[in-house]
Amino acid sequence: MNQMSMDVGTALGSSEAVADAAPKMTARNVAVSYGATQALRGVSIDVSTENVTAFIGPSGCGKSTFLRCLNRMNDTVASARVTGEIQLDGKDIYAPDMDVVQLRARVGMVFQKPNPFPKSIYENVAYGPRIHGLARSKADLDGVVEQSLRRAGLWDEVKDRLADSGTALSGGQQQRLCIARAIAVNPEVILMDEPASALDPIATAKIEELIDELRGKYAIVIVTHNMQQAARVSQKTAFFHLGSLVEYGDTREIFTNPREPRTKDYITGRYG
Amino acid sequence: MTERLATGAPTAWGSDAMQNRIRRRYRQERLFRGLGIAALALAGGFLLFLLTTIVASGWNSFRATEVQMAVTFDPARLGVDAAAAKADPNLLAKANFQGIMGDASDAQFGRGVRIVSDGAWLTLRDMAQADPSILGTTQTVWLLTTSNIDQLAKGAFDLTIDAADLPVTATEIALWKRLNSEGKLRTGLNALFLTGADSVDPELAGIWGALKGSFLMLIITLVISFPLGVLSAIYLEEFAAKNRWTDIIEVSINNLAAVPSIIFGLLGLAVFLNTLNMPRSAPIVGGLTLALMTFPVIVIASRAAIKAVPPSIRDAALGIGASPVQVVFHHVIPLALPGMLTGTILGMARALGETAPLLMIGMRAFLTSVPQGFTQPATALPVQIFIWSDNVSRGFVEKTSGAIIVLLLFLLLINGLAIYLRNKFEVRW
Ligand SMILES: Nc1ncnc2c1ncn2[C@@H]1O[C@H](COP(=O)(O)OP(=O)(O)OP(=O)(O)O)[C@@H](O)[C@H]1O
Ligand SMILES: [Mg+2]
Repeated sequence: MNQMSMDVGTALGSSEAVADAAPKMTARNVAVSYGATQALRGVSIDVSTENVTAFIGPSGCGKSTFLRCLNRMNDTVASARVTGEIQLDGKDIYAPDMDVVQLRARVGMVFQKPNPFPKSIYENVAYGPRIHGLARSKADLDGVVEQSLRRAGLWDEVKDRLADSGTALSGGQQQRLCIARAIAVNPEVILMDEPASALDPIATAKIEELIDELRGKYAIVIVTHNMQQAARVSQKTAFFHLGSLVEYGDTREIFTNPREPRTKDYITGRYG
Repeated sequence: MTERLATGAPTAWGSDAMQNRIRRRYRQERLFRGLGIAALALAGGFLLFLLTTIVASGWNSFRATEVQMAVTFDPARLGVDAAAAKADPNLLAKANFQGIMGDASDAQFGRGVRIVSDGAWLTLRDMAQADPSILGTTQTVWLLTTSNIDQLAKGAFDLTIDAADLPVTATEIALWKRLNSEGKLRTGLNALFLTGADSVDPELAGIWGALKGSFLMLIITLVISFPLGVLSAIYLEEFAAKNRWTDIIEVSINNLAAVPSIIFGLLGLAVFLNTLNMPRSAPIVGGLTLALMTFPVIVIASRAAIKAVPPSIRDAALGIGASPVQVVFHHVIPLALPGMLTGTILGMARALGETAPLLMIGMRAFLTSVPQGFTQPATALPVQIFIWSDNVSRGFVEKTSGAIIVLLLFLLLINGLAIYLRNKFEVRW
C-alpha cells in the first residue's frame, strides 16, 4: 500500500497548483437523476484555466454524468434531470437565454467512446471550424486541420490518408482524431472523458503533453482511471464515489495526503 | 455444475453423454439446413412456374401478324381531289381510307370476310400523307390482320378439333391456310401494343395509355408523399417531444400503413371527387390517393432509417456546437438516406401495382386515347390488366399476360433502382 502510494507520488507532475484568478466554470450543488435513479448529488467544483482538473473515481460513480452537465450534453438524454447551478464566466449555463449551441462550441468535449463521423479524416476535423466559420479560406482550413491533428499527435500517421474514412482508423487513432476535432473549434473549456483509455504509452504521452501545452489558455477537465496520469497532468483532482464528490483539492494533497479514507483506499488500489 | 466448476475437474468431452449431445447437435444443424434449402427451392420453383406461364402466354403480344394485299388509292373513292391533296397532304386526314381498304379486302378475300383489322386503314392514311404521289396508283402493302388471323398465325388454336368449337370460322381457317402457303402473311414486332391505348379490337389494343397513366400518377405520388413522409419522420424522430401525443401519432401512422388499400380508394372518392370535385378518372386523383397510401410506408421506413443512426454521431456533432438542424442535415440524413430511399422506392413499387383504390375513383374507364395530362381521364397498368383479364377473347388473354410482363419489368426496374441507390449512398463504417 505504501509502495503504491509512493509510485503515484513520484508520478506527480512538476507543476504545482496555482491560485485561481477567477474560475472559468463553477458548479454549485449539482444533482442529476436519470428517471428515478439519482446518479449525482451535491457536487460543487470550480474549474479554472490555470489548473487542469482531473476527475477520478470507480466506474459508474458519475464522472461522465457530471462532465456532460458542463456542456449540457445531458439535454439530449430525455430522462436526465439536472438541478443546481453551473456558471461559465459567471453566467448560468442553464438560464433560459443561454444559447446551447454556442455553449457547446465554447465548451468542447471528447467523448468516452471514440465517435468519429463516418466521413473523411479531414472532414472530421474541418467540420467544426466550417460550421462556425472559423476559417477564412481553404488554405486556412487546411492549416487548422493540420495543426489540430499535430497537437493530437495524429498528423504523422494520417497526413497521407486524410481522405480516408475516420472510422477506418484504429481505436486509439480514433480517440486522437476526436481530440483533434474538439480542439479544432478552439473551445475555451475542454472536457476530456478518458481520452487516453485506448492509447499506447507514446500516444498517451503526446496527449499529456498537449494538455500541458493547453493549460493556461484553456480550462481543461480530464476524466481518467489512470492514477499516474491524474497525478502527472492535473493540478486539481476531484474524487467521486457513488454519485457524490468525496474530495476535491490540489492534486498533490489528494495523492499524498488525502483527508478522506475512501480517497486514500481508492488511490492506493485498495478500493474493491 | 457450480460444484464441478468450483472443484476445477476437467470437462469429460469423451463421455458417452457428451458424445451423444454433440451428435444430436450436428443432426439438428443438418436438419435445419435441409429445411432451409427445401423452403428456398419451393419458393424458387413457384416463381419459375409463374414466370414461365406468364412469359409463355404473353410474349406473343409483342408480335403482330400482317397480311400482304394490293390497295388502290383511288382519289374518287377516297373523296379527295388528287391535285389538291398532293399540294396539301392534310386534306387526306378525313379521306375515306376505310373505303379503299374495304374494296381491296372484298376483292381479294371475298365479300364480308374480315382478314384485315378495322384499324389498319390508319396505315394507308399515313402512307398517303407521307407520299401523296401514290394517289391514283395501286400499292402492295402489309396491313395488320384481325385478332383471329393473328391468333391462327401464332398457332393459338388447336385445329384438330371440330371447327364449330373454335372461335374462328372455317372460312377464316381456309383463308389463313391459303395466305400462309402463298407467303402473304408475316409476323413481326407489334409496335401498336407498346404505343397504343385500349381498343375494342385486341389487335389494336396497346398498353402505352395505361403505362403513361401509371407514370403520371406515380409522379404525383412521389412529389406528395416523399417530402411529406421524410419531413414527418425527421420531425417525429429528431425534434418532437416524446409524449402521449407523439405516441398516438406513431400508433396512427403504423395503423395507417396496415389499412387495406381499397379503404384509401373510398377515402379518395369521398375527399377528392365528392368534396373537392376533382376530375374523375384523372391521374392527379389517383396519384393523391396512392400518396395517402404510400405516405405511412415512407414515414415508417424513414423513421427506422433515422433510428438506426447511432446516437454517438449526434452527440459528436452537438458536442462541437452544431445546431440540431445542422446535426440532422449534415449527419443524420446522409446516413439515413439509403434506408429512406429504399423505403420510398418500395412504397412506389407497391403504388405502381395497386388496383383496388383506383377502381374506386373511376380509373377503370374504357379509354382509347393516351392521357395528355394530370387532369385528363386515364387508367393505370394494373387496372388495364384487370380490365383485359375480364375479356374472354383469345387476343385479350394474350394481351393480359403481355401487360403483366411489362408491369413485372417495371417493378424489377424499380427494385433494381432501390438496390442501386442503397449501395451508392451507403456509408461504410
Ligand atoms: N443515459 C443514462 N440513462 C440512465 N442511466 C444512466 C445514463 N447514463 C449514465 N447512467 C447511470 O448513471 C450512473 C453514472 O454513470 P456515469 O456514466 O456518469 O459513470 P462514470 O463515472 O463515467 O463511469 P465510467 O468510469 O465507467 O465511465 C451509472 O449508474 C449509470 O448507470
Ligand atoms: Mg464515464
